[in-house]
Amino acid sequence: MTNTGTVYPGAPEAVPPAPATRKELRWRLWVQLPLLITLVALWMLLWGTLSWLSFVSGMLVAFAVTRSFYLPPVELSGRFNPFWFAVFLARFAADLVVGSFGVAFQALGPRGITRNSMVAVDLVTRSDFIITLTSIAISLIPGSIVAEVDRHESIIYLHALTTDSDEAVIALRLKVLSVERALVRALGSAADVKATGVLAMSGPTAGIPVSPPRKGRDS
Amino acid sequence: MMPDDVLDLLAAVLLLLGAFLSMAAGVGLVRFPDALSRLHAATKPQILGLIFILAAIALSSRSWSTLLVLAPILVFQMLTSPISAHMVARAGYRTGNFRSDLMHVDDLEEVVERATRESAD
Repeated sequence: MTNTGTVYPGAPEAVPPAPATRKELRWRLWVQLPLLITLVALWMLLWGTLSWLSFVSGMLVAFAVTRSFYLPPVELSGRFNPFWFAVFLARFAADLVVGSFGVAFQALGPRGITRNSMVAVDLVTRSDFIITLTSIAISLIPGSIVAEVDRHESIIYLHALTTDSDEAVIALRLKVLSVERALVRALGSAADVKATGVLAMSGPTAGIPVSPPRKGRDS
Repeated sequence: MMPDDVLDLLAAVLLLLGAFLSMAAGVGLVRFPDALSRLHAATKPQILGLIFILAAIALSSRSWSTLLVLAPILVFQMLTSPISAHMVARAGYRTGNFRSDLMHVDDLEEVVERATRESAD
């Protein structure tokens, strides 16, 4: 979802896939394995049967889909911490409930909505995977929508309801960064874990883009 | 009270909660002032509302095969709804379908302006 319609010259997906050696091919298969397994599991789920037939046909479909709709392979960090992932899920569920009822009562309440903001948040990570997951999590939490993503500078621009003061904007930035940090702790690389930990100490100025994006974007 | 009754009661409560959130979404669609904030109303209570409804169905049917059908519904909804919201928000912002007098901070304005200038050059 993050890079829709934004084509940067020199971005990884612009490079045509080079002729692969056997080793590279094996690596690519290994990287794609989680995706393949997910697709097969989904296929079997949709058929509602656990049988060899659905497994084999699922494998065929998964290969066909990944070959014909080529995407740059998702680079996972190779780290997964179940404890922090559970923490993230719990916090996410709490945010979901609080946000949903918040927006619902705003819609029904007599005051309606006040003022909104379009806020830029400078994420710490440079990993596409973490940027995407953070954007999805933020978009799912009611009250904020990611409207634009600058992948090169990893800045996300989000539209947020009732951010009517500078304090609210700062609180929103810190909120997004804490979601990012929770995700990085669960799934991010060791370098990202360190970087987000350092950033968490730096106080309310965190997350403000230092340099505005320079790259041209389509309009 | 039998355990089954408790589960049915729980399912009924969850259904009501889901219905409440969906209704609030509808009211928000009418009452919110511009496209971008209506988007919040339209997409957001839906996720939790859907979770409530699906949980109610799972609780009242109490079978694994139903659960296996319900799980992908939720997963796909959670994967696709941010994307559609993102696309509508992006298009809505760039076509000016929002009230700038209601904006407290707009960090994106300058970026989009510069991009438009650069692509015009």
